[in-house]
Amino acid sequence: MEEHLINNVLLGLLMMTGFAIARMRSLLAVTMLTSIYSLLSASLFVVLDAVDVALTEAAIGAGISTILLLATVARTTDEEKAPRHTPLLPLFVVVATGAALIYGTLDMPHYGDPMAPIHLHVAPTYLHVTPEEIGVPNVVTSVLASFRGYDTLGEVTVIFTAGAGVLALLGYRTRRRNSQNPEIRKMVVLRVITKLFFPLILLFALYVQFHGDYGPGGGFQAGVIFATGFILYALAYGIGNVQRIIPYGKLRIMMAAGLLIYIGVGIESMLLGGKFLEYRILADDPVTGQQLGIMLIELGVGITVAAVILIIYYGFVSRKH
Amino acid sequence: MHDVMHGVLGLYNYWIVIILMMTGFYTVIARPNLVKKIIGLFIFQTSVFILFISMAKIEGGTAPIISEGARIYSNPLPHVLILTAIVVSLATTALALALVIRIREAYGTINEDDIHVQDEEA
Amino acid sequence: MLSAHLPALQVVVPLVSAPVCLLLRNPRHAWAFALAVSWVTLAVAINLAVQVHASGTASYALGAWAVPWGIEYRVDMASVLMILIITTIGAIVMPYSWRSIGHEIDKKHLQLFYTCYLLFLTGLLGIVVTGDAFNLFVFLEISSLSSYVLISLGSGRRALTAALQYLVMGTIGATFILIGIGLLYMMTGTLNMADLSQRLPVNADSRTIRVAFAFVTVGVSIKLALFPLHLWLPNAYTYAPSVVSAFIAATATKTGIYILLRFFFTVFGISFSFEAMHVGEILMLLASAAILITSLVAVFQDNVKRMLAYSSIGHIGYIILGIGLATTAGVTAGMVHLFNHAIIKGSLFLAMGCIFLRLGSVELSDMHGIARQMPWTMAAFVTGGLSLIGIPLTAGFISKWYLVNAVLNVGYWPLAVLILVSSLLGLIYIWRVVETAYFQMPGYKIRKLSEAPAALLVPTWLLIGTNLYFGVNAGLVTGIAGQGAAVLIGQGVP
Repeated sequence: MEEHLINNVLLGLLMMTGFAIARMRSLLAVTMLTSIYSLLSASLFVVLDAVDVALTEAAIGAGISTILLLATVARTTDEEKAPRHTPLLPLFVVVATGAALIYGTLDMPHYGDPMAPIHLHVAPTYLHVTPEEIGVPNVVTSVLASFRGYDTLGEVTVIFTAGAGVLALLGYRTRRRNSQNPEIRKMVVLRVITKLFFPLILLFALYVQFHGDYGPGGGFQAGVIFATGFILYALAYGIGNVQRIIPYGKLRIMMAAGLLIYIGVGIESMLLGGKFLEYRILADDPVTGQQLGIMLIELGVGITVAAVILIIYYGFVSRKH
Repeated sequence: MHDVMHGVLGLYNYWIVIILMMTGFYTVIARPNLVKKIIGLFIFQTSVFILFISMAKIEGGTAPIISEGARIYSNPLPHVLILTAIVVSLATTALALALVIRIREAYGTINEDDIHVQDEEA
Repeated sequence: MLSAHLPALQVVVPLVSAPVCLLLRNPRHAWAFALAVSWVTLAVAINLAVQVHASGTASYALGAWAVPWGIEYRVDMASVLMILIITTIGAIVMPYSWRSIGHEIDKKHLQLFYTCYLLFLTGLLGIVVTGDAFNLFVFLEISSLSSYVLISLGSGRRALTAALQYLVMGTIGATFILIGIGLLYMMTGTLNMADLSQRLPVNADSRTIRVAFAFVTVGVSIKLALFPLHLWLPNAYTYAPSVVSAFIAATATKTGIYILLRFFFTVFGISFSFEAMHVGEILMLLASAAILITSLVAVFQDNVKRMLAYSSIGHIGYIILGIGLATTAGVTAGMVHLFNHAIIKGSLFLAMGCIFLRLGSVELSDMHGIARQMPWTMAAFVTGGLSLIGIPLTAGFISKWYLVNAVLNVGYWPLAVLILVSSLLGLIYIWRVVETAYFQMPGYKIRKLSEAPAALLVPTWLLIGTNLYFGVNAGLVTGIAGQGAAVLIGQGVP
């Protein structure tokens, strides 16, 4: 019962935040509300048993996306002009679309129904087969990295594409070492806390990277957390200092290398006589092979994601205000 | 009457999610400010994620991490799909915002109506 | 051994090349590398086509996980047609690209350009070989994101707004598709297309499935620029770099049409799509409007690339018209035109790229008498234009012939009249270019121009040659299209 209560409260808060986002005209405020919206969804995902998704949404939606939005607002404008015409057509389209969707819910299985078709066909097999054939407790990891590992390769390719795209659009510019904002230099508390947290964040990223088989986490979340650590450091101590540790050229290599590791695992399993991404062939024991394959591709994912996010961040901050 | 109540209780979660989705969709298509549009897109997509995760939930289930004692697990597949979709959404947002920054540099505005006016004059 | 892996290699070859291309330091090496990859991809495609033709639908279980638990690659004759279109155009525009793109974009972006080209190729090929609905969404996003980048690299600031407009509409479309796939999964518990088609009849008339159908259809229609959801297309084609316009015009919307075919015929099945949902009537209505209105709009364009863009929306209408008939003849006609329009529009945009290289503009008002200085380029444009109109001995004629026959088969003669009228409009807009280029006195600026280099002319004429060849010996294309249509219409999944 408490679960339902939390669920309803979160849905209510999401609605209020959503309406506020649609109505408000200060883009800075809207950005903060968007971050809250994302954090609320992450909380809802926890209630709905999707812990991996919650971790990802919190890191990507509430974290990175907010940073990018803030960087954009700082480089464009904070104030939104009123639209010229009353948006009657959009209103009509949205009401019609929403009505169609609600019509579609009428034959849906009820929320939480264990006998819904979605829970009866493919999914139970994942839960049964995973302990024996893959030997990792986190079924989300086993489906993500092995059963549907090819989708995940596509997903890494998508983020790689975004990295290449932002690079083409915004380029990069290496800054001097002590280039940070003098205002921030005065904020001692921020700087001390950053210095304390920076190693902890990187450590946590490594934990999330290698513990994803057992608990929530994996390459994506780890890559994002890793990059966030450096972004935090850049905010407090200037981008120049970060660029000195991880220069742009290295990031470009990392971004390609992660994807190549992933594809390499696939090609290696082909060369060993299996299908593309058939991990069980990678070792004598099929379960060990699966675990090895999953570890390697998660590593590839982590490297590419961390590199791409830093490249995107470098690109955004290289443009003038 | 009982049936109707039962139907409402079983489906209202989805209806709220649909309202959330449409709030985002409206913001994309009705607002001329490009940053606002992209925020709308983000809300639209995030709300679709909630739809997927809601359908994965089983009453009384736990997170799909195999452990002693747990008997019912929520469906892991939608979680996997949405992990992918979240990353796609980040990729789209990053690319869109990069375009917005370049548009601002080239036009001096991020208001669609103003951009249109400038394009017509040229 | 290699032949068993062909379906996977079709996508993995360009995919693995993209990160390698990013690491190359010299732009010329990046180009040579991408060129080689595009030819290898074409070779894989031809081998795969021969294999599927000889031994039927090829299935490949990625990760060796059995269907429906894992992701399946499934190549039938309908996919073969698309694979051939994408890889042929991809292989022909690559030699062209070095001179053309080198002239249009910043040198330091060349590696990124070729990386995005390879990603785009990967995305399109991934869509047409996959047998999994969600995997299709993932590769659709790879192709879409890379195409936004490729378009934004065009010269001039309007390329940026065109790319963003496409991004916003494209993402709305993709999200609609995602909602549709989600609802399908919710009602069936599976994502594999063949498995979906097996399990859908059980839920056939549920309201949820109807809504899923509607969302997939609307989402894909945005991607393929079905009238009136085409608003992103004219700007995208007009302001993209020349070689990108040619490549995208020839392949991207075609892949969208393929997705529609897959969902209508393979996933939902012909009786649900066309009898229960009446999508045929809606498609034919929209297609007719598209054909007539965009042909009219094209007549009034001054920018030739924009004119070709509007003409593309009309030609997408022809293809959709054939599909909307839902007969074997109609779908065959649609698929024949899928191929023919790709090579016709590809060659026309390449010809405009030649002009842009020399003149720096594709506005009609700048092109007076240009045929005297650039005779080969303009001859290519005119030949391609004649094919676009549907003059005999060109591939365009074969398309129109099949389409008119398919329409008359079911007795819809007003549609045949419509095709005729729109062909006349096509004649008018092509004639406007001919009149300007051949019958106007060249100005001072034009007289200084020289013919485009062979690096551009040879690929352009290669496409024109293909066009003329298939105008006379249409058997290969109509054969594959016919088999593809039979596979789609015949049964859910062969």
